[in-house]
Amino acid sequence: MNEPRSLFDKVWDSHTVGRLRNGQDQLFIDTHLIHEVTSPQAFGMLEDLGVDVLLPERTFATVDHIVPTHTRVEPFADPMAAAMIAELRKNTAKHGITFFDVGGGRQGIVHMVGPEQGITQPGSTIACGDSHTSTHGAFGAIAFGIGTSQVRDVLATQTMAMSKPKLRRIEVNGRLRPGVYAKDVILHIIRTLGVKGGIGYAYEYAGTTFDAMTMEERMTVCNMSIEGGARCGYVNPDATTFAYLDGRPYSPKGAAWDAAVASWKALASEPGCRYDDVVVIDAVDVPPTVTWGINPGQAIAIDELVPTVEGAPEHDKAGVAEALAHMKLQGGAPIKGTKVDVAFFGSCTNARITDFIEVAKVMKGRKVHPGVQAIAVPGSHLVKLECEKLGIDAVLKEAGFEWREAGCSMCLAMNPDKLVGDQLCASSSNRNFKGRQGSPTGRTVLMSPVMVAAAAVTGVVSDAREVFGAGKAVA
Amino acid sequence: MALTPVTEARGTAVPIMANDIDTDRIIPARYLKAVTFETMGEGLFYDERFDADGRSKGHPLDDPHRAGAAIIVTGDNFGCGSSREHAPQSIMRAGFKGMIAGSFAEIFFGNCTTLGLVCAVVDEAGRNEIAALVERDPSAEVVIDVTAQEVRAGGKTYRASIRDTAREALLTGYWDPIGELLEGVEQVKALAAARGYPVSVGEAR
Repeated sequence: MNEPRSLFDKVWDSHTVGRLRNGQDQLFIDTHLIHEVTSPQAFGMLEDLGVDVLLPERTFATVDHIVPTHTRVEPFADPMAAAMIAELRKNTAKHGITFFDVGGGRQGIVHMVGPEQGITQPGSTIACGDSHTSTHGAFGAIAFGIGTSQVRDVLATQTMAMSKPKLRRIEVNGRLRPGVYAKDVILHIIRTLGVKGGIGYAYEYAGTTFDAMTMEERMTVCNMSIEGGARCGYVNPDATTFAYLDGRPYSPKGAAWDAAVASWKALASEPGCRYDDVVVIDAVDVPPTVTWGINPGQAIAIDELVPTVEGAPEHDKAGVAEALAHMKLQGGAPIKGTKVDVAFFGSCTNARITDFIEVAKVMKGRKVHPGVQAIAVPGSHLVKLECEKLGIDAVLKEAGFEWREAGCSMCLAMNPDKLVGDQLCASSSNRNFKGRQGSPTGRTVLMSPVMVAAAAVTGVVSDAREVFGAGKAVA
Repeated sequence: MALTPVTEARGTAVPIMANDIDTDRIIPARYLKAVTFETMGEGLFYDERFDADGRSKGHPLDDPHRAGAAIIVTGDNFGCGSSREHAPQSIMRAGFKGMIAGSFAEIFFGNCTTLGLVCAVVDEAGRNEIAALVERDPSAEVVIDVTAQEVRAGGKTYRASIRDTAREALLTGYWDPIGELLEGVEQVKALAAARGYPVSVGEAR
């Protein structure tokens, strides 16, 4: 009998073209996703090399980082944004690459577009010049964020040089408590293992908690693998995965669909397969979690106190002090009640239709606090249309949210959506780094979308279970 | 298509002693608005170095005694966060050749190696000594020896580890893998065809 194997091993081995001189593998990439910020230099390098795109059918493009969300009227006010989008239009046209441009109906954050279109498929290798490419692992794909030189490598050869990471299984079992979401699960994992805990690892998320999650929830978890330091993260494909993909534009059809599902099923990690490490977490131990500091591992339960420098381990003291100073928070004080200036509901972590449905449930009939600017940014144009069909846009607008076009928006502030001065943002995004949301002194508190809604309503960091009642906030 | 082997990084050093320095901090997103990497050196650690009015905050990078430094000494998990190659590009274009850290974030590490930048891991005690030395004496020379896997500074030698694949790539001059990847393109086409993608195997490129 053959040794049981993990999905990771099966996918890696079936995509290895050969061994490079330095001992890395030349790894075949099934699907390459590109956007306007990290691709222009790669096309330039390709030109310098005098090499063409090897498999243009396997690269897909969209615009997300730099595109404004308050208007779709061109020319965009920022000439550099216009230039970068023009560059992508030119490069995709020249090389025959499929481009989901603004106005075409399928534009969105690149990590929304792949799954929505059925481009993201189980057992495939995916690369994109964006660290949150790990999102696609929700489908049982092995998906890597890469630098621009690697974008060049994939364009030129449909492969890249990679060292195979070790594999850690993160098992979460049981039912999440009411008012606890996928975002809390991943923030809790990162808090537990640390932001560098994943260095050298790929993460496999397994256990009954992930089994019970929707694809959207699994994407939220896999999305933030990179914040935990892991090279990628995935969930084994199952009936939920196949149901999501069935009928999507790029999903196989007819007999090819049945064959694909059979082969995808065979890819899942087999019982007894080898892991380099296993971590087990009980779902009931996951609280609604928020960050208090300047990296996603600096997180606490909503009813916990902000850590103190004195209480921190020796090697963390300087980091805690720096984080408290930037966040203008008092060690030992509750995080709950911290004044919020901006509520940002968007990003590739949490701007999917299920996120909007949950937020609309709790916002119906409620108002955004007068001291808060609240922005709702669908992750894709299709999510926006679906929200409008369901009347979610009306609920949010009525409550006082600004209703925007699809894009990365205030997650990284390469577009007009930015914090000003030391504004504090309750954010459904993925990074609370210093300056991340566009102002060097701006402050970010990461949380689930329902917690963002609670902060929007109360004007302070709040426990959504108290604001909306635990019953209403059940996932 | 071998490039020049990188056997060492040598020069004066700048201590930036904190853990978890992310790539947003190394280069703020607004500097990513460019279609080439040429101007990336200008944005290096910009918001850490300058206030809103462009006045220096006294960051070690702006210490005139450290002009021309080639090495950054820092903490754990250096380069975490965004995959932006703009970060190592800005480090390289500001004249740096190598970094000494407790650990490096994965994507950043790969991006650095592809540019021929040396990423050496030294334990905390060693890093603290090296940082203290270069704090005291900005003219002190620090050498990261890729072959011997050690750092030499102030007459002392510290054990440094450089991941085998990166070390091999640097020493053999194959740190930018594109040439080697292109050599394998016929095998790539065969694999692509086997996976049902539209390629003509054997067709000249």
